[in-house]
Amino acid sequence: MASSLPQGEQALGSVLKSKQKTKIGEFFSNLSRSWTGMLGFGIIMLLLFLSIFGPWITPYDPMHAEFSKGLLPPLTDGHLLGTDHLGRDIFSRIIMGARVSVIIGIATACIAGVIGTIVGIIAGYFRGWIDIVLMRLVDVQLSFPFIVLVLVINAIIGAGLRNIIISLAIGGWVIFARVIRSEVLALREKEFITSSIATGVSRLQILVKHILPNLFTPIIILASLQIGTYIIAEASISFLGFGVQPPTPAWGNMLNEGRDYIFSSWWLVTFPGIAIVITALGVNLFGDWLRDTLDPELKGE
Amino acid sequence: MAEEALLQVNRLKKYYGISQGLFKKDIIVRAVDDISFTVHRGETFALVGESGCGKSTTGKTILRLTEPTEGEVIFNGTDVATLQYNDMRSLRQQMQMVFQDPYASLNPKKTIKQLLMEPLRVHKKFKEKERLQKVTEMLDIVGLSKEYLDRYPHEFSGGQRQRIGIARAVILQPDFIVADEPVSALDVSVQSQVINLMLDLQKEFGLTYLFISHDLSVIEHMTDRVAVMYLGKIVEVADTETLFKDPKHPYTQALISAVPISHPAENKERIILKGDVPSPANPPSGCAFHTRCPFAMDICRQKEPETLLFEDGHTATCHLYTTKSREELNYVTSDSK
Repeated sequence: MASSLPQGEQALGSVLKSKQKTKIGEFFSNLSRSWTGMLGFGIIMLLLFLSIFGPWITPYDPMHAEFSKGLLPPLTDGHLLGTDHLGRDIFSRIIMGARVSVIIGIATACIAGVIGTIVGIIAGYFRGWIDIVLMRLVDVQLSFPFIVLVLVINAIIGAGLRNIIISLAIGGWVIFARVIRSEVLALREKEFITSSIATGVSRLQILVKHILPNLFTPIIILASLQIGTYIIAEASISFLGFGVQPPTPAWGNMLNEGRDYIFSSWWLVTFPGIAIVITALGVNLFGDWLRDTLDPELKGE
Repeated sequence: MAEEALLQVNRLKKYYGISQGLFKKDIIVRAVDDISFTVHRGETFALVGESGCGKSTTGKTILRLTEPTEGEVIFNGTDVATLQYNDMRSLRQQMQMVFQDPYASLNPKKTIKQLLMEPLRVHKKFKEKERLQKVTEMLDIVGLSKEYLDRYPHEFSGGQRQRIGIARAVILQPDFIVADEPVSALDVSVQSQVINLMLDLQKEFGLTYLFISHDLSVIEHMTDRVAVMYLGKIVEVADTETLFKDPKHPYTQALISAVPISHPAENKERIILKGDVPSPANPPSGCAFHTRCPFAMDICRQKEPETLLFEDGHTATCHLYTTKSREELNYVTSDSK
C-alpha cells in the first residue's frame, strides 16, 4: 500500500520537512493573526531591548543628581520626561527601571515555576498523604493575600533585588503547584500513560519521559501570565518602601519618591505609572495570546 | 490445535467502592463479578457484551492495569494477580495490549520512532543499532513506510495510528495480546484492514488474542471462541461457530439476532430486549438478566443459575436448562447433534 505511491509520499515528506524547519515562521504567522498578541509581543520586545541596551540609550546618567535642575517639567532643557526632585532625568530612570522589572519578572517566574512544578508533580503523580499535606500547605498559603505575604517575607529577610525575588518566588510558587498538579492528575489518567504502563515502562520513566514533556505548554503559559503579576507586585512593594532600594531606579520606588510632589509636579509619578501599566498590559496580552494558541482548553482558568 | 492453556482466569473479581460520605455505606460496583475462563495458546478468544458489562475492565485487570479485587489470573503458570510490581513489569513483554482509541493511546509529544523504540529500550531487547532496524521492520510489517519514523501521531489517520499501536504491542513479540475494541473507533472501511493485519500477525508470530468487542460481525469473522458477558458475569462460552449457530442463553440469542442481516431477502426474527442494563452497583437478585429476559421464570428472580456444560466446552449460565432434569438435558443436548 505504501509502496504504490512512492512519488506522492516523497512529495508529501518534503513538504512536511520544509514546514518543520520554519517553526519560527509559523510562530510569527500565528502571531500576526492577533493584534493583541502582536501588541503584547511588541511591548515585551521593547522591554527586553531597553533592559539589555539601557545603559547605551539613556540620554543622562540615571543616578546623577543635579539639584539646580530639580522638578523640571517634561520637554524642558533636553529632559524628555522632566526631572525629579533631585534633578535626575526621569526618562533615563524609566529605561533603567525596565531592567529591574524584567530581571524580577523572569527570575521570579523561573524560581517559582521550578519549585511549583516539582511540588505539583509530586502531589499529582504520587497522590496519597503527600498530596494531601502539600495541597493543604498550598491552601494555607493561598488564604493570605499575595501582596501582604510577599511584604511580610520581604520585611523579614530584608530589602534588595535578590531578596525581593526570593520573597516573590515564595509567594508565587503555589499557583504553579496548583495548576501543574491538576495537569498531572489529568495526564496520568490519559490512555497513553496506561499504554506505557502496559508496555512495562517504570514509574519514574513515565514521569520523566511521558508526563513532563506534556507539562511544558501549561508551564510556559502560566509563567508568561504570572510575570505581569510579579512586575506589578514588585512595583507595589517598592512603592511601599520595601523591595528595591533607592537610588537604584525601579518604577515602584520612583512612584514612592514622587508621591510627595504628586500635586505640584505630576510627571514624577505619571510616567513610571504608565510604564508599569504598559508593561503589565503587554505581558498579559502576550500571555493570553500564548494560552489561546497553545492550549485552548485552558481558557476557563 | 493443541489445547494448551496459556491464560487461566479463576473467579476474578473487580469491585469499585464509591464513597457515599461519612455516614452512609459505600456503594460497591461489581464491574467484574466472579468470572472464570481459559484462553488456549494460539487462539483468539473473544469477550463480547454491551458497553458497561465489564469486558474492558476484565482485559485491564488481566494485565494488572487495574488491580483485581479477588481471584487468580494464571499466565503461563504464574499468577499475575499477586506478582510484585517489578516482576510484573518484566512479564509485560509477554503480555501486551492494543487500545481502543488510537487517538488517545499514543503520546502526542513523541515521534513514531520514539514510541516504537520505547518497548525495546525498556525491556533491553537487542543492541542499540539493531533496535532501529527492528523498528523499521515492524513498521514495514504493519504496512507503514519508514519515512514516517520522525512524524508525530497527530499526522496520521485513525487506521494508521492503530497500526502504530499494534506495532508497539507486537514489537516485543509477546505471547498474548489483549485487544480492547481495537477497531471500534475506526471507519468500517479501515476496520477490515486492521483486522486482517491482526490475523496476519497472529499467523506470523503465533500470537494469542483476547479480543474484546461489542461487534458480533467482527467476532464471527476473526475469533475462535467467544465468552458473552452481561453485567460483570460470563453467561455463555462456546466456539464461535457453535455460538452463532446454537446460542443457548437468551441474552446471546438476543445479541445474535441484533446483527444486521447481510441480504435484504434474508428473513430473521429479531429479539428485542426491553429496558436498559441494570446498574452493576445494584444488580438484580437471582439471575442478573431476569429483568430483561423474555423467558424469565420465578426461579430466575430468586436463585442465581449455575453454569452448565453442554458438549465441546459450550457452557451457559441459565435456569432454562437447569429446570429440566439431568437426563432430559442429556437427551436434549445429544439430540441436537
